[in-house]
Amino acid sequence: MQVTRTKPFVRDSEMRSHADARHDRIFRGVLKFCALLVLAALLGAALSTLWGGREVLFGQGLHFLTNDAWNPVEDDYGALSPIFGTLVTSLIAIVLAVPVSFGVAMFLTEIAPTWMRGPVGTAIELLAGIPSIIYGMWGLFVFVPFMSSIEPALSDTLGKLPLVGKLFQGPPLGLGLLTAGIVLAVMILPFITSVMREVFQTVPIRLKESAYALGSTRWEVLWDIVLPYTRSAVIGGIILGLGRALGETMAVTFVLGNSYNITSSLLKPGTSISSSIANEFNEAVGVHRSALIALGFLLFVVTFIVLLIARLMLHQLAKREGK
Amino acid sequence: MSAQGLYTRRRITNAMAMTFGAAATALGLFFLVWILWLTLVNGISALHGSLFTKITAYGPQGGLSNAIVGSLMMDLIALLICTPIGVMAGMWLAEYARLTKLGTVIRFLNDILLSAPSIVLGLFVYMIIVLPMSNMTHGAVSFSGFAGGVALALIGLPVIVRTTDEMLQLVPNTLREATLSLGVPQWKLTMQILLRAASSGIVTGVLLALARLAGETAPLLFTAFGNNFMTVHPLDKVASVPVAIYQYTNDPDPALHAIAWAGALVITLFVLALSLLTRLFFSRNKVSYG
Repeated sequence: MQVTRTKPFVRDSEMRSHADARHDRIFRGVLKFCALLVLAALLGAALSTLWGGREVLFGQGLHFLTNDAWNPVEDDYGALSPIFGTLVTSLIAIVLAVPVSFGVAMFLTEIAPTWMRGPVGTAIELLAGIPSIIYGMWGLFVFVPFMSSIEPALSDTLGKLPLVGKLFQGPPLGLGLLTAGIVLAVMILPFITSVMREVFQTVPIRLKESAYALGSTRWEVLWDIVLPYTRSAVIGGIILGLGRALGETMAVTFVLGNSYNITSSLLKPGTSISSSIANEFNEAVGVHRSALIALGFLLFVVTFIVLLIARLMLHQLAKREGK
Repeated sequence: MSAQGLYTRRRITNAMAMTFGAAATALGLFFLVWILWLTLVNGISALHGSLFTKITAYGPQGGLSNAIVGSLMMDLIALLICTPIGVMAGMWLAEYARLTKLGTVIRFLNDILLSAPSIVLGLFVYMIIVLPMSNMTHGAVSFSGFAGGVALALIGLPVIVRTTDEMLQLVPNTLREATLSLGVPQWKLTMQILLRAASSGIVTGVLLALARLAGETAPLLFTAFGNNFMTVHPLDKVASVPVAIYQYTNDPDPALHAIAWAGALVITLFVLALSLLTRLFFSRNKVSYG
């Protein structure tokens, strides 16, 4: 009697645990598939642009990178001027944004009274929330006229300097590499600031207080204690900002001037990889379209490498913290 | 150098550095106020009822109603795609792969996708959806709202993955142990206990993803393309507010610039209000998006 009673019970619970195990396996598989989609998105972006640009990438090979022509009439396309514009504008952005970000991060972690840190920090982060198309509009309608009004003065002062003078000589169009670089600098400022601010806060209080106890000023604590402790993450944050600047499209498209040339003057119009794609893709056919997709592939590979380095450097500090 | 001189020099250096920090912050705030103020002033002066009632086909006499509807539709498609995938991927990272090699690699790559250039993601969707669809239908269907939604989903996905992952990691382990010791299978634990415990954080992630993807222009240029007429068919070319702003800004007509400013105001208010409210309401679940 007892046997007939418990046997179905045992079988039932066994069946249930089997079913549970099966459901768990299915569940786990579905989740893993979703996680692998992230991988697939990155891989797909690289492979699809490689495939789309194959005509130019494999047809021209390395010549594509060193060719400075961009001639839709003769179907002769080279990546040199867009690459030049992308690198120069991003470099200007980094040079301008890094000291300012450092200043803001310093203010928010060491100088400002506590009640001020939250609201001011949020306000700076709001800069990152403004859609990039708004930066583009502001750049074109407001900042370009402003730049064209101060560019003659720039040419007269900085343009007279030896060595760097050449960078600041040119027509006061307002449009150009310098303007695009400045707009980009404003855009990446909140990203670099938020990384710096976060990592500055990870410095053990004991280290800072020891330095203060020895009579250090705030600046000395920051420069000699906080910065060396967080160096790799700070550089990671800067490179992260560089990655953002390299790939930014809408903020620079309006203010770059979209002209394919490589100049020594930062006041002259130029183009960048992303703005070339945005401006021309929908009108492009055949080799032209292939060249633009090939540019997209180059941009993706470069930003991927830059971001990889940034994340690895940020990771180092997290590791030290034991996260 | 005398001790007094050294002391004075150190104090001067310190004062200069502190002044620089305050000045840098003022500069950052100045740009924020400058951009927001201009958007507000130009946007409000161009804000008419026709903005929400007329379509872009009327040009300078028109509005952005079709673009607003198109944007809402594509944002919805994007969220419908990236929310389930993102939440499930985040669950896998937090619950099944927290310390595994593959989990670390995917978490790492997700952070890269978070800052990948959006225009390349647009090209990607063009290559895998727009072009094949156009080839299959001989050009009848090419650029589409669906493709635009997928492109936007790629922008929102990493935000949701990251938030879900971090929020689930914050759920105390005792909850997992207590549930598992009752014999509850792991899928039930994840779906019914942990998801609920982390729900407010995950909602934050979805809202932040919406704030991020709603302002995107670059990925829509070669996926949804744009349309001067009202449509909600996902296989049609669809207008969107950012792309309309882009086209109107490129136009020499100042009347179109005014409409572009009004559109800019609408989208900026939407995005900033969303991210600000999310921060205020869910500030205890703060996750960083460096």
